[in-house]
Amino acid sequence: MTDYLLILVSTILVNNFVLVQFLGLCPFMGVSNKLETAMGMSLATTFVLTLSSVCSYLAFTYLLQPLGLEYLQTITFILVIAVVVQFTELVVRKTSPLLYRLLGIFLPLITTNCAVLGVALLNIKKQNGFLESILYGFGAAVGFSLVLILFSAMRERIAVSDVPSPFKGSAIGMITAGLMSLAFMGFTGLVNI
Amino acid sequence: MSVITTAILALLALAVSFGAILGFAAVRFKVEGNPIVDQIDSLLPQTQCGQCGHPGCRPYAQAIADGEDINKCPPGGEATIQALADLLDVEPQPLDAEHGEEKPKQVAVIREEECIGCTKCIQACPIDAILGSAKHMHTVIESECTGCDLCVEPCPVDCIDMLPLAQGIQSWHWSVPRKHIIASDKTHSPEVSAS
Repeated sequence: MTDYLLILVSTILVNNFVLVQFLGLCPFMGVSNKLETAMGMSLATTFVLTLSSVCSYLAFTYLLQPLGLEYLQTITFILVIAVVVQFTELVVRKTSPLLYRLLGIFLPLITTNCAVLGVALLNIKKQNGFLESILYGFGAAVGFSLVLILFSAMRERIAVSDVPSPFKGSAIGMITAGLMSLAFMGFTGLVNI
Repeated sequence: MSVITTAILALLALAVSFGAILGFAAVRFKVEGNPIVDQIDSLLPQTQCGQCGHPGCRPYAQAIADGEDINKCPPGGEATIQALADLLDVEPQPLDAEHGEEKPKQVAVIREEECIGCTKCIQACPIDAILGSAKHMHTVIESECTGCDLCVEPCPVDCIDMLPLAQGIQSWHWSVPRKHIIASDKTHSPEVSAS
């Protein structure tokens, strides 16, 4: 039980995928201009990341490992993630139009999110089990959402504040991201995993 | 050699099975969109004013497709009713007075010196045509405003006017020609005889 809790804390805060491992930076900079879109993106990412983390674990353990094809993991995971995203989109569109309108364009965008592939590959590298894979994926997604929402809330404030003209726009965004990354380094040493 | 064959076969099997799953899902979870709704929606004036009793033009288009009357759109007026009647092959009806009357196209204009920056009109605007933020002056983007007058009512200081649209390329009309534009010998007209 403690192990599972540690995995969550580790992925959300200590080894945060965006600010410490620098994965998934494109949506972090790209969709953080508005709090609302950031929330939509976080929801969609949480959903897909957890699901694809499990699916790629299953594909690796029950297909690649028995056949001795571990070196095909990258291409297999890309395939798995693409299919999971596409399938999720189809199902959500049919079952819940409201959720579909909320997640809308963000679902296909996630296919190219490097954090998703990163989680799948790190799961194998760390030799996580089934339940651990779920938690690892979920924790990574929660960490991503946390940082994305915090960052977009800050950017909304920055957009209306008096920023010196050389720093306007993306520049101040980059600086803010760097400062956030520094702040998250403070969590190092909280847990060792 | 066998290693390569296994690898190719494994990937092929994976790709084929995923393709089958997606193909199945595409059929199983197919969403029946109603193309008539899109066509009706494109005929409506897109003012999003809500005078028809629906929260926007698309919901009203949906309701028309489900059998509601076509005469509940005051901003569109007779022209829209006629177009809808042609599309749906029904009898055109006169505009339902209960939902308002047809007015010339208007735009909202904020008297900026009186605006107190309360943001209430921004929240009321269905198409986000009002710019401004709290405690700052607001203004209406004229090219975006549909003239739905939903922003007039919430304004606490009544500083929003609905003005007829200024003449532009979209709303320009030929002016009525002067009488007796052609020179004539006849002098029975009072204007000519006066001069």
